[in-house]
Amino acid sequence: MTQTAISETQQASNGAVQPMLEVRDLKVYFPVTKGLILPRQVGSIKAVDDVSFNIMPGETLGLVGESGSGKSTAARTIMQLIRPTAGEVIIDGQDLSKLKGAQLRQTRRRLGIVFQDPVGSLNPRMSAGNIVGEPIKIHRLHQSGQDFRDKVAALLKTVGLNAGMANRFPHEFSGGQRQRLGVARALAAQPGLIVLDEPVSALDVSIQAQIINLLQDLQEQLNVAYLFIAHDLSVVRHIADRVAVMYLGKIVEITTKEKLYANPAHPYTKALLSAVPIADPILDRKRQRIVLDGDIPSPMNPPPGCVFSTRCPVAIDECSSYVPELRETSPDHGTACIRATGYGAE
Amino acid sequence: MSLLEVKNLSTYFDTESGLIKAVDDVSFTIESGEILGLVGESGCGKSVTALSVMGLVPSPPGRIVNGEVRLDGVDLLALSDAELRQIRGRRIAMIFQEPMTSLNPVLTIERQLTEPLELHMNMTRRQAATRSAELLDMVGIPDPEERLWGYPHQLSGGMRQRVMIAMALSCEPELLIADEATTALDVTIQAQILELMQDLTSRLNTALLIITHNLGVVARYADRVNVMYAGKIREKGKAIEIFRDPKHPYTVGLLNTVPQVEGPLSERLEPIEGDIPDLANLPPGCSFQPRCRWATEQCGVEDPTLTELTDGHVTACWEHALVNKGKVLA
Repeated sequence: MTQTAISETQQASNGAVQPMLEVRDLKVYFPVTKGLILPRQVGSIKAVDDVSFNIMPGETLGLVGESGSGKSTAARTIMQLIRPTAGEVIIDGQDLSKLKGAQLRQTRRRLGIVFQDPVGSLNPRMSAGNIVGEPIKIHRLHQSGQDFRDKVAALLKTVGLNAGMANRFPHEFSGGQRQRLGVARALAAQPGLIVLDEPVSALDVSIQAQIINLLQDLQEQLNVAYLFIAHDLSVVRHIADRVAVMYLGKIVEITTKEKLYANPAHPYTKALLSAVPIADPILDRKRQRIVLDGDIPSPMNPPPGCVFSTRCPVAIDECSSYVPELRETSPDHGTACIRATGYGAE
Repeated sequence: MSLLEVKNLSTYFDTESGLIKAVDDVSFTIESGEILGLVGESGCGKSVTALSVMGLVPSPPGRIVNGEVRLDGVDLLALSDAELRQIRGRRIAMIFQEPMTSLNPVLTIERQLTEPLELHMNMTRRQAATRSAELLDMVGIPDPEERLWGYPHQLSGGMRQRVMIAMALSCEPELLIADEATTALDVTIQAQILELMQDLTSRLNTALLIITHNLGVVARYADRVNVMYAGKIREKGKAIEIFRDPKHPYTVGLLNTVPQVEGPLSERLEPIEGDIPDLANLPPGCSFQPRCRWATEQCGVEDPTLTELTDGHVTACWEHALVNKGKVLA
């Protein structure tokens, strides 16, 4: 049912498939103030700086970065939980960042979100059925009490839980089951896109794979698109179609999964990939190891020029003065680095 | 003689839901200059093993009911608290997971680094401060003299963990225990810290016990690996054998379930079915049997004991002859 609904809206426009989500020049700046009584703005933290990407229906975009890279802020801004400083978040042709009140709530139904913490994101005093069914109630998607219970039961079944578990409370579920509840809730209002903010980071490794497989199955059945946020490049490799790498508020590289893992172009992506050890001592010892110096710089005081230049192993003088924009370095492969092959073509 | 020899260690906790055998009959050894990986998921007993070695098990509810922990032949469990204090921090040091909560927020870095040096190395405060600055420099903290007078909140997570390492290494211990020491850090910082620890162990001939759930970290750094599940060591051996030819279904399950950044990409991950068992209510027989695809009737009745397959490669599985990884990487 969801699948047909989505494809109908797509075809309704002009025959061509429209992106499910379009993010254009998104900026989120947080003011930094000084003074308790008469606060004045002394600077700003550029948490998200000029970020643009599309996600097609049924597609998964992985958004990868270390802590402080702005990936979670980007996710929250897409959901309008944080309002952007500038830029557009377009869903079904409507710019969410311009909407307010009832209209915003109505359009935001097209988005679902799953949070990282499977304990903190479920109200301990609500039954599993009411947690999962809350979006149905809010958007009045049910005809009767019986219909509500049927819908909740169907959702629980979709995520691999028993319909009979609706009366249980969150503490009666294991970590993996709680995350399944989170996924069921995100699906309740039949969204076209689900934002998954580190959905498996808090789970034990043997449980992670269960949730990843569930997400892949659901995508196949419902044609739902995912924005999958993670610090873990190996998980993203399994679930994403395309991957965007963020550093200090900017996307430094964006391309298909195949290209990113086989031919990373940005030195930061290369370092990030080499820092993840693989579980095979013989193969791992053959891999190139790039160990970066220092920490990610403070976003309040980012370095001039390329934000990665202070830690970059291949930086040249020009890097500390020239701000590289995201450019297509090969077909379907965007890189923001003047040292990348194909960047200075013209 | 091994540097550390843990023999038949059992640490139990009395809880409201019943007796929990957090560590159940665990034995292993570590040699000087060696890196041993202790792998397992949450609740498998790997941290309690480390705390038992350090003599830091909270009691009550915990108690070490059996076993020996021998450092150079001396049984640490038989020592008095005062004697143990001479060893803890001096000969065995531990790096904890949380760099935020393991440092005292109201003391300067200098005070926290000089304390063990004054205590164990009979240094004056001034000597200790000079040595502390050297230590900070060694772990790669810029402007060490200045940093000494700062407080933990002025440092980033990676810097704090480096201070923890400097503190642990300050008295040049013979054994360093890193309990999920890099888990909370970003991967690029994790790589920095692990390279640093590896470098220091080889230079000072320190033994390193890496406790982690991250198989990649163990594959990259460990010489030997112990795999724990539900309080017991289920498989141990050389890292290469454990990763290339695992002989316990749980090890196989872990290796196949973890996504990798390199190597062949399968359509679907192979999860280990079911959940981690409740330690107060373990299944009969082998504790992994309800999740095991090789399980037979015998497995539900009798708990397998560790059997030696080849030199140093030991597994606790009735069906170990059938167990294999299935797919082999490149």
